[in-house]
Amino acid sequence: MAERERKLATPRGGVFVPRSQVMAVDDVHRALVRIAHEIVERNKGVDDLVLVGLQTGGVPISAKLGAIIEEVEGTHVPVGTLDVAFYRDDIQLRPVLPEAITSIPVNLTGMAVVLVDDVLFTGRTVRAALQALSDFGRARSIQLAVMVDRGHRELPIRPDYVGKNLPTRLTEQVDVSLDGVLLGDVVRK
Amino acid sequence: MAQQDAMASAASRLAGLISIRDLDIAGIKRIMQLSDSFSEVLGRDIPKLPTLRGKTLAIVFAEDSTRTRTSFEIAAKRLSMDVVTLNASQSSLKKGETLRDTLKNLHAIGADAFAVRHSSAGVPAQATRWLPVPVINAGDGCHEHPTQALLDCYTIRQHFAPAIGAGQSREPVSSLRYARNGTAGTEPDSSGSTASIGSGVAQTDLECFKKLRVAIVGDIEHSRVARSLVAALDILGARTVLVAPKTLLPRSQAGWPSEMSTSLDEVLPSVDVCYILRLQRERGTGMYVPTLREYYSYYGIDERRYAMLPDHAVIMHPGPLNRGVEIDNTVADSPKSLILRQATSGVAVRMAVLYLLLGHNTGTWKADDRSVGALPRDNTGRDTTTESTSQIGLPEAADA
Repeated sequence: MAERERKLATPRGGVFVPRSQVMAVDDVHRALVRIAHEIVERNKGVDDLVLVGLQTGGVPISAKLGAIIEEVEGTHVPVGTLDVAFYRDDIQLRPVLPEAITSIPVNLTGMAVVLVDDVLFTGRTVRAALQALSDFGRARSIQLAVMVDRGHRELPIRPDYVGKNLPTRLTEQVDVSLDGVLLGDVVRK
Repeated sequence: MAQQDAMASAASRLAGLISIRDLDIAGIKRIMQLSDSFSEVLGRDIPKLPTLRGKTLAIVFAEDSTRTRTSFEIAAKRLSMDVVTLNASQSSLKKGETLRDTLKNLHAIGADAFAVRHSSAGVPAQATRWLPVPVINAGDGCHEHPTQALLDCYTIRQHFAPAIGAGQSREPVSSLRYARNGTAGTEPDSSGSTASIGSGVAQTDLECFKKLRVAIVGDIEHSRVARSLVAALDILGARTVLVAPKTLLPRSQAGWPSEMSTSLDEVLPSVDVCYILRLQRERGTGMYVPTLREYYSYYGIDERRYAMLPDHAVIMHPGPLNRGVEIDNTVADSPKSLILRQATSGVAVRMAVLYLLLGHNTGTWKADDRSVGALPRDNTGRDTTTESTSQIGLPEAADA
């Protein structure tokens, strides 16, 4: 869970207290190498491939994935970032989120887009992202890569590439970074 | 004042944007930051967001306008709002209906926010007492025009704040893209590929204002633009100097954080921004100057005065231009002119204001610091508190 999302988690303004480490730094790296290979395999190469990291948690992951794919295939893959704050369905309900940078480096028409996020939870962020991506052109296909799928979907959305399936309780929080994955709770300061 | 009244009726909700003095530097910073995001959106192939769909903006103008009215309308439509426009001259106001009744009826019909322009100062502030929804002052008499001042500051910041990254351009890439696709189209930079987008987004840094000296030239006394702009620049730390014949300078220096001068030629060589005001003949300005020709010879920006400006200086004007009255024809279209850039900025800035008033009105112009802090805009999405939490938590967790 990225910092921005954590600040919105209940209880408001709480602090994330990790309880257990689910993946260590090496585990995260191995998962990323596997996902990179799966992406290349599924798309039969890297032609017309573009990675889009969701702000904020998916951005470092997409950058790392892009670097690994480039290493494996010897071809540069464009990597963009997308902030879905303006597309969320809960704008009236939650505090206005500070916006992060959206930067899609290519027109997406005809491209195979891999959306990258850290944690897949309710699926609402991904829904917003699908709507946002359609404003950048008609992609040939959109796939979804996440480091952690923690369940509790509220929409019919499924990931194509998963680092780790992690059953969680609704109240728990997952913290994903390139340094590892932590499971814990947000508690009042 | 307007805000305090609103506090009574609806706790912790912004009643609108009436005066620049409703804002502090954090509020202006928030609006600039959001305007950056919306500028990027406006540069897209499909420059439209679903953010405020279902909301309706009523634009009620009891005075003529081109830029402000269309800019509000486009800003609202880019956010998927519905827009109704009411020109007082073509409404029941002509039949004797009071403005209060007109506004309350528009709200009853379904307006969720109002942009109000009126020739009398204080009308939008009064409207906030009549209406339970946000009211934006789109210009009230000689009082204020806050969104104009905000878009002017945004334009100045775009020009003078260095862009992040190693882009050669001083402009944020997003605005260049918008200029290319959008209505302003000042530089058709067709060679610019999309490859560098994202590296050049302007920072929210408002430090650049502290080094700036801004001359505001012309009919200060009757100018709501000048009142709002001076207030905004004062908050941001820029120095202002008002230049006009004595009859058009404010009658008293009290309340103006500005220098005043009657000699344009003395001021011009030392300014970074030359902001030219229109001679407002509809407010009787003609009586304050002997002739328009004489005004032009002393206060018009002609080619000679243009040459007196420092190389890095820029020329701005809120429009509409009176070519040949306050500004020379060629100067208005010169490379130093940001006039069309101002019009472009207006859409993004008004989107930001609408978003803050209608998206989730938290009662503050700042980021809602009860729950959300400022985000690092460096694409990592992680700040120091995250790191330290992880480091503290990790050893215990590893043992578990």
